[in-house]
Parts: sequence; structure tokens; C-alpha cells
Amino acid sequence: MSTAVATTGGRGALTERLLGGSRARRLAYLLVGLLVALSAVRVISGEQALTSSSTFSAALLLAVPLGLVALGGLFSERAGVVNIGLEGMMILGTWGAGWAGYQWGWGGALIGGAVFGAAGGLLHAVATVTFGVDHVVSGVAINILAEGVVRFLSELLYTGNEAGGGVTQSPALSSRPPSFSLPLLSSGPDLLGDLEDQHWFLVSDIAGVLRGFTSGVGVLTLLAVLMVPATYLLLWRTAFGLRLRSCGENPAAADSLGVPVYRLKYIAVIISGALAGLGGVFLVFVANIYREGQTGGRGFIGLAALIFGNWRPGGLAAGAGLFGFADALQLRSRTAVVALLLLIAVLLAGVAIWQATRRKLTQAVLAGAFAAAALVGFLTIDELPEGIVSFTPHLTTLLVLSLASQRLRPPKADGLVYRRGEH
Amino acid sequence: MKLSRRLGLTLLAPALAIVVALVISAIVILLIGEDPAAALRVMVDFGDGPEQQTQAIVVVLNRAVPLFLAGLAVSVAFRMGLFNIGVEGQYRLATILAAAVGAAVALPGPLHVLLVIVVAMAVGAIWAGIVAVLKVTRGVSEVISSIMLNFVALGTASFLLTGPLQGSEPGASIITTAEIPESGWFPGLNGLFTGLGLAEPRTELYGFALVAVLAGIVVSVLIKRTRFGFDLRATGISPSAATASGVDARGMVIKTMLISGAIAGLIGLPDLLGTSHHYGTEFTAGLGFLGIAVALLGRNTPLGIALGALLFGFLDRAAIPLQFEGIPASVVTIIQGTIVLAVVVANEAARRITRRQAERGNAVVPPSTGDGSTGGGQGPDGLPPDDGPGSATGPGLSTATGDAGRTDQSQGVQR
Repeated sequence: MSTAVATTGGRGALTERLLGGSRARRLAYLLVGLLVALSAVRVISGEQALTSSSTFSAALLLAVPLGLVALGGLFSERAGVVNIGLEGMMILGTWGAGWAGYQWGWGGALIGGAVFGAAGGLLHAVATVTFGVDHVVSGVAINILAEGVVRFLSELLYTGNEAGGGVTQSPALSSRPPSFSLPLLSSGPDLLGDLEDQHWFLVSDIAGVLRGFTSGVGVLTLLAVLMVPATYLLLWRTAFGLRLRSCGENPAAADSLGVPVYRLKYIAVIISGALAGLGGVFLVFVANIYREGQTGGRGFIGLAALIFGNWRPGGLAAGAGLFGFADALQLRSRTAVVALLLLIAVLLAGVAIWQATRRKLTQAVLAGAFAAAALVGFLTIDELPEGIVSFTPHLTTLLVLSLASQRLRPPKADGLVYRRGEH
Repeated sequence: MKLSRRLGLTLLAPALAIVVALVISAIVILLIGEDPAAALRVMVDFGDGPEQQTQAIVVVLNRAVPLFLAGLAVSVAFRMGLFNIGVEGQYRLATILAAAVGAAVALPGPLHVLLVIVVAMAVGAIWAGIVAVLKVTRGVSEVISSIMLNFVALGTASFLLTGPLQGSEPGASIITTAEIPESGWFPGLNGLFTGLGLAEPRTELYGFALVAVLAGIVVSVLIKRTRFGFDLRATGISPSAATASGVDARGMVIKTMLISGAIAGLIGLPDLLGTSHHYGTEFTAGLGFLGIAVALLGRNTPLGIALGALLFGFLDRAAIPLQFEGIPASVVTIIQGTIVLAVVVANEAARRITRRQAERGNAVVPPSTGDGSTGGGQGPDGLPPDDGPGSATGPGLSTATGDAGRTDQSQGVQR
């Protein structure tokens, strides 16, 4: 969570004053501050889409697959296995979900996707743990392989299939997963919706955010959100979690204490694949069908969210949320992305001031210059062309990462091949 | 005696890998109820007439040239333990800008081509340079930043294509940039076939192959014979040791990424200058990612990469004939993925065998794999760099002479 603080240097001076506070308190201040800033930007720019409930429900929709993939990455990397193959495992997951889903409905899709993803994880584990192949290399190979395998399976099973489908897509799922809305507040009388439509400063924004998060929430979304604290509890509050993390920090020491390093790494990487597969299942649920290329590089972005989140469940959820928000915004309204420039300008100006107080002049000047550029951009640009808008989330991630990353600490033995008795 | 054993071990890995990949692919083909032997026959069947055969060879070579450049770009970074996954974005952005510049100017032949090449290399280098600067100054992992920059590059390219650089008629189904005038085309090499008394193929063999060979030789010399190359390899094997001996690690990151990006800029040029003469929505995609696979296959040495690129080009050519025989073309992708995985596993296994022998007291020098398994900061079991001839060679090289340096040079003379 320390990264989250570092990323929002916007309230630089404030953060410094609050450094003594507990982490939860700092986080709360941070969220409130961000919301106020967003709300102010919305009022100034008149872009209602910035905090509308539809943007936030879309953000949630886009953040969940990333969060699931990032959680998958967390398991694997905490056990010391770098997992570039998440993209491939996600691809396998989408295919598994499509194949099982059209036959046995959404429940089947859930299991099918997880199993297919886990199979990818197993392959990665065999290559990296048993054969000691470089982790990145094995991951890249799995990505290539996954693409070939799903295309092959589609050609094999879907061409000439009576249920529909073809070389690049599956038949539609036979049942849709159920979704929930909070009664009274987000459905029926829809009190939050009414409040949102008033467009009051801050109040309507909060209503919009809450409504976005509580109306029409799918089963898997719920599951994914619950999985974040569950993962934290599993990895940081149980003996199993401690042992698993010890494999990522110092496997030789763990081994000497009787921790079954190889077995734990296997378990971690297989769970990792299953979670990435579930991320794929979510995409299939959204489209109600498997389509080739559905993942669109989300496996990689999930990995970025993991690193952004400093290899912690809360942090990666924040990373996925940020990315999902930027993505939702660019999908919903191209003009709202321009308003985002104002937010960036404000945040960067904050960073500049913060760095100046710490006497880091180069950084301060650099941040100030970028802040000015963003402000000029906001004032002069009306609407960005489609090609440019499409990479808003990626650019945002890169920007945030380059402002924050010096505080990151990966697991110590992450990416190192561990051979028993060679250390 | 010593040599023969070493040779055997060097050959063991690739041979093992190819056997494993073949067996797995055969099982896959068997599973769909087709005959693996028939599939193999289709793949090696280059056609009946001499014209068809030379044509097939040209198709393989034309595919191999960009793949070779892609592998080369990835390998330079790999040798230093840097993972340039952003080759894809680097070459796409470089190609569209080079295509635009090439179409905008009119210069006498060689100068025109040179300008396009320089622009492409500069764009690729700058784009890769961003990754390096972010890594050095802000500590951003190059894997993540280059993935993100891939998306930015592809978005920018599509914006440029549909916006300021659009050269095709509005409403056309395939959007392209304006065509490069004929002075900016790279002449083909079909004279080679007729000169050798072979039938002339239908498509031109890319003249850019010569540039690719040149690039391979330059990289080979740079890495093996210069101070810079030594620093690069040293940093790749042990960053801390290199820094301790006075290597400027930050400067090395930036220089290496610039070189890698500059080579990446060349990837799109064989197609651009050889056939299409414009960048469009149909332009060859995915070469950057395949380049990673080719680099791994070739164990990061130019000659090995060339062999890997030829193998991939050969497999890609087989996709369409396979389809005609009722075998899904995706079998090719599966074979490619399996080969890469099998090669890295086999390399690791062979390394372990040599290591065990060395520990037993035999003075067998472990072959330096250099496929990233000794690269990415492996720490404790990083092996000493082996500068002797034949050490840093690609898997298939020793079949020829077992002497890397010599084959390397004779290769250059031949072409």
C-alpha cells in the first residue's frame, strides 16, 4: 500500500503530515482526496462521465479480469516464479469457458476456464520448477503455444458444429450467470440513481460511484472482489501462505526448514494459472461467447497491475481499478479522457511541489513541466482521435509506474531458478 | 576425444528438442485422425516443377529475413539480461513513419532507400530508448514498460494511419499510407537464381536480405570482438561483477536498448521496401513476438538466429499446403511453440549434464547457453563467459565445422 501513497503525490504535503498515521487511515484520506479531486475536475470540465455510475460499473467490469490475472501473478511470483505466461493461461481460460459454457452453462464455463488455465500453469511449473528453464522464456513459449492450441481446438471442434461457432469463436453460452443489484438503493426506487442525476458536487459523485459498484454485479465479479481479502488472509495469515512466500524470498532457507519448496511452487503456479483462466472466463461471460483474441493483452496488463501494486493484494486491486477506470472512461466518452488530463496536471503539480520540498529539483522541474503540458493539453484539445484514446489506460499505467516504482520491492528470489542442493 | 564429446553434447540439446517437438506434433495430428507422415510429406514438399520449388524457397527466405532481424533485435538485449518485449511496437511505429517519410520525398535510388532505413532505425531506437531511460532513471521494469509502450505504439500507428498519414482513397477497405516512389524500392535478388541456372521464381527474393546479413555480421563482431560487447556479456552474466569491474551499468542499459531498438526498426523494411511499398492495415503483424521465439531458438547468436528464422519461415510456408490437405494450419503454431519450449528445456538439461561431468573432474567446459537461462541475473550458477571458438555458437552450427568464428566469416564472404 506504500505505493498507493507514493503514486498520489497530489496531496504530497498532506501525505507527509499524515505519515505517522496508520496505513488504513492514510488510505482512507487518499481515497477521499482522489474523489474530491475527481469531483472538482468533473465540475470544472462539465464531463459527467467522469464519475457517472455507468463509467464505474464499466470500470468494475474491466478491472475484474485484470484483478483476477494479477492475483494469479501474485501467487506465482510470491512463490518465486515469474509468470509472463499469464496471457497464454488467460487465453486457454477463455477457450475452456467457451467450450464448457455452451454445453453446461455458466457453471461449466467457470470450471472449464479454471481447469484450462490451470493446465497452462502446470506446464509452466513443469518447465520452470522441474526443468529449471528461465521463467520468462517458458512464459513466452506458453503464450505462443496457447494461441496455437486454442486455434487448433476451435478448428477441430467448432467447424461444422451444429451448435454454431467457427474457427475463431465458440457457440454462445447456454446460460447467463446471474447478477445482483442492491435493493432499494440501486434497483427499484433507485435512490442512488436519483441522487446521481442531481449533479451536486461530491454528493452525486459518491452516489455515482456507489451505484456503479452495486447495480448489476455479476457472480464472478463478486467472487473476484472477495478473493482479494481472501488471498491476503491465505498468503499472510496462514502457515501455508508463510511457507509459500518463503519459497519466493529464500527457497534454500525454506528447504532447510523442511518446507516442500518444489511442491509449493507447483501448487502456486497451478493456482496462478487457474486464476488467470478465471480472468478469461469473466471476459467470456461479458461477451457470452468465446472469441479469438478476446484477451487483447490483458494478461500482460494484469502483470503490470501486480507490479504496480508492489506484489500485494490490495495494491494490485488498486492497480486493476485504476486501469479499469481509465479504460472505462475511454470507452464511454472520448471527451472525458481530455478531462483526465486536468486531473493528471493537478496530480503532477502536487508531485512537483512535493519533490521541491524534498529538494529534488530535477524531479520537481520535470513533474512541473509535464503538469504544464497536461494543462495545456486540457485547455487546447477538444476531443482526442480514437487511436490515441485507445491507449489511455496503458499510458496511465506507465505514467503512474514511472512516478512510483522506486518504492517497489519484488519477492527476493523472484525469477531465480531454484535447484535443491545447488545453493 | 574431448572435442568429440563436447560436440556431442552441443548437438544433444537441439536434436533432443526437435525429436520431442516432432513427437508431440505427431501425437496432435494423430488425435485429429490424420496421418503424421502425410503431414510431414506435405511440409517438405516444395512442389513439382523447378519454378515452384524456387518459388517455395523464396517464400521461406522472404519470411525468414524479417524474423531474423526480429530475433537479432531481441537477442542483443537478451545478451545483457534485458528483455525487450517491445520489439513489436518498435517495428510497427518505425515502419509506418519510415513509409511516410519514404513516400514524402523523392531522392535518387540508393539515397532514398538509405533515408528510409535511417528513419526506421532512429524511430525504433528512440522508442526503445524510452524503455531504457525509464528503467535507468525510475527503475521501471523493462518488461512492463515495453508491453505498455507496445499498446501506445500500436494505437499511435493506427491513429497516424487513419489520420495524418492516410494515403489511400477514403472509403477503401484497406487503409494504407501513400506509396513509396520506385526510387525508394529495394531491388530484388532473383538474378541470383537465374545466375545459378535455376528457374526464376514468381516473387522477388528480398534484396533486404543483404542488409540483414550485414546486420548479423555487425552484431556478431560487436558482441564478440569489441570492448562494448565484452561489457555487455559481462553485465548479462553478472551485473554486480561487471559494475565492480568498472562497467557503467546504466549507460550499458541505454546503449543496448538503443541498438536493440535500431535493429527492431529494420524488421518491417523487407516487406515495406520489397513488396508492399506502403504501410497499411494488412501489414505483417506479430513479428516482434515471434522474434523472441527465434532468438531463444538461436540461443542469441546471429548464426543460430538465422537457422531459427529459416526453420520458422519453413514452418510458416507449410501452413497453407497443410490446410489444403485438411490439416488445421494452427498445427504450425503448435509445432513452433513446442519447439521453443523443447529447445529451452533441452538446453537446460544439456547444461546440467555437462555441469555434472565437469564436477566429476572431467575438464569439459560447459557450453555457455546464453539463451537467457544464464542471462537474467541467475546469480549463483552463472557460468564463466567462454570466449573460445565454438562456445557461443548456435545449436546447429557445430554440424558444419565446429568452429564458430570461421563459419561466421566465410558466411559473410560467400554472400
